[in-house]
Amino acid sequence: MNMKLKLTTLALGVTLAAGPAMAELVFPSLSYRTGPYAANGIPFADGYADYFTLLNERDGGIGGEPIRMIECETGYNTEKGVECYESTKGEGALVYQPLSTGITYQLIPKATADGIPVHSMGYGRTSAKDGAVFKNIFNYPANYWDGASVAIKHLLDVNGGSLEGKKIALVYHNSAYGKEPIRTLEELSKKHGFELSLLPVDHPGQEQKSQWLQIRREKPDNVIMYGWGVMNQVAVQEAANIRYPMDQFIGIWWSGSENDVRPAGEAANGYKALTFHNVGSDFPVFADIQKFVVDAGKAAGAGDQIGTALYNRGLYAAMLAAEAAKTAQGIHNTTALTPAQMRDGMEALEITEAKMAGLGLPNFGPEFSVSCENHGGNGLVAVSQWDAAADSWSLITGYEQSDQDVLTPLIEEDAAAFAAETGITPGC
Amino acid sequence: MLYRESGDFSSTYAEDSQTFPIKFDRYRYYFVLFVAIFVIPFMINDYWVNSLFLPFLIYAIAAIGLNILVGYCGQVSLGTGGFMAVGAYACYKLMTSFPDVSMLVHVLLSGLITAAVGVLFGLPSLRIKGFYLAVATLAAQFFLVWLFNRVPWFYNYSASGQISAPERTFLGINITGANTQAWATYLFCLMFVIFSAYVARNLTRGSVGRKWMAIRDMDIAAEIIGVNPLRAKLTAFAVSSFFIGISGALFFSIYLGAVEVGEVFGIQKSFLVLFMIIIGGLGSIFGSFAGAAFLVLLPVVLKIVGVDWLGWPTDIVAHLQLVIVGGLIIVFLIAEPHGLAQLWRVAKEKLRLWPFPH
Repeated sequence: MNMKLKLTTLALGVTLAAGPAMAELVFPSLSYRTGPYAANGIPFADGYADYFTLLNERDGGIGGEPIRMIECETGYNTEKGVECYESTKGEGALVYQPLSTGITYQLIPKATADGIPVHSMGYGRTSAKDGAVFKNIFNYPANYWDGASVAIKHLLDVNGGSLEGKKIALVYHNSAYGKEPIRTLEELSKKHGFELSLLPVDHPGQEQKSQWLQIRREKPDNVIMYGWGVMNQVAVQEAANIRYPMDQFIGIWWSGSENDVRPAGEAANGYKALTFHNVGSDFPVFADIQKFVVDAGKAAGAGDQIGTALYNRGLYAAMLAAEAAKTAQGIHNTTALTPAQMRDGMEALEITEAKMAGLGLPNFGPEFSVSCENHGGNGLVAVSQWDAAADSWSLITGYEQSDQDVLTPLIEEDAAAFAAETGITPGC
Repeated sequence: MLYRESGDFSSTYAEDSQTFPIKFDRYRYYFVLFVAIFVIPFMINDYWVNSLFLPFLIYAIAAIGLNILVGYCGQVSLGTGGFMAVGAYACYKLMTSFPDVSMLVHVLLSGLITAAVGVLFGLPSLRIKGFYLAVATLAAQFFLVWLFNRVPWFYNYSASGQISAPERTFLGINITGANTQAWATYLFCLMFVIFSAYVARNLTRGSVGRKWMAIRDMDIAAEIIGVNPLRAKLTAFAVSSFFIGISGALFFSIYLGAVEVGEVFGIQKSFLVLFMIIIGGLGSIFGSFAGAAFLVLLPVVLKIVGVDWLGWPTDIVAHLQLVIVGGLIIVFLIAEPHGLAQLWRVAKEKLRLWPFPH
């Protein structure tokens, strides 16, 4: 019996290993359409898939090379994430975007050893911004600490430049993801003199009564949330239940999708969330998506997420990957890419307004350029606000830069610790 | 005919009481060992190891551990995830505190530490039984996960609260970290699996195991015939936690490399290992292997068939998996409460008589 099982696995492994070795650009999509995080995983995965479908249908791929996207369901679970990584890396995967901080932590050493780049866009390990240490890991255009810093900056603006004596609560997913901003916020609380209280919410986040009871009792001036999946919807609903003023409640970009605020209905009006790209579907590229993807019946998933905040983020992630591939094709003067060449393309990536306009995404995100020293972009983040009556998000600020004086030393410290731990010699 | 007992004589007590008294069984066992040690390491790559063999081997150790407690001693436990976390965090603390010591020592020490913790949480089993004990071990599960999340000392004060395995070696070969060879990690885990299965098998058929089974079958009767329930129950908790601790240490250091306690060692893990021994067969070492193989392989096979061959959407396949596992558990509980191991036993009986069943 035991033997038979092993033989079956061997046979299965053989069929798996015999993947095609054609000159196509392979972009794995480690998505999650099931489990407590599916409400947020689905729109992102749809956006990611639809953009690549659009490039295939409209332009015949990138630089003439067709794109093959392999979707693998992780369920936001690290074990399945490892399985997905191992099963797709042999297919010539160019870049991984796991959309999970836990899986990113797992992939950082593995992908570095295998020479495959990882793009953890707005998540993952913040100090990966230091490209001298994290050679294969990118987290442009913004990271968790940028988010924390810009949230505080926004509060400074709203409060006339001073947060002295204010109370700010951080409601966070009790995981590597949620714990990321704590150190930054502690530094910022010293700098600006506000009082920080920490309220962890355990996975998956459906149970938050005690946290919001505490908020009701302590009456913090502001609440910052680092939530994901079902935790967001519950938090917004709980905030509405205790009549917490929504415009004093700011979520990170992962707590700012339509699916997070709609369940609370009118009560969610005025809720704020950070974002590092524009919202809505008022961009020329969406006409192409309608024509080449939706009308052709090739839309990913149910096709009902187009233009939502997370769909746009998936689209943005795919756009950045495609632009990096183009850059890599230019640098290495070839159309078929290896993961190492893709890495070079990501490191030389430059996003300008002209480039975005040319892609049908004018003013979609901030301009930035990646370099060996800086894998994280410039940390430009905007604040968006939910209008329940109009059922839409809108940007209420421009893109503001995070407090580099505070963040740079923190990133250097954390990257140096990682380098010492793993025996990497930093260098460009 | 396949199982010929004729001509298979035992002339010593040792021969008569060996684990595989039938020649055919014994040779099959040697053959499996031979393939596992000398053939598979030369054939595997990262995918096979990280997706199939490592989880199978590590869950098999956990299942053996839980089977000793639940299957042999009859003490229901829902704390497996928590005890695995103890093994993982003990291993992490040892790895980072003593970088020059071999991984073998770290993993064994993690097992011993978990055994101590297991005995501590096994103490209530002297007073409470059945469902109430299950609830007490459930408390252990939640308490341990909470502890590892709450006390920064356990994760060396890292900002993310994650523990990540640094590079450590065994006999000069990299076993943990990113730069490992597929065969090395496989053989390292296989070594522990063979060790665990060997120890567990021999414990359970000796006097210790008989005491456990006596306690399981009727504790008052066992006490009357001279079994000390304190010793029997606590040894069961210790041995069981020892194996579960080893599996937790391997799970963290070799298989995943980075762990977040709430997600990896949550209550889900306790249920998964419990399902493994229910489907595999309570009170059977072979059942632990069969159950682990079944629940590790099933999702991968479903994924390959559904997504790669049939091209179905990934979410449908993921949901289908839940339906199938749930359905199978119900089917097993109704049709074959003794699990895959019992199916194997029945098949063996039939084969011994085949082709003349009467």
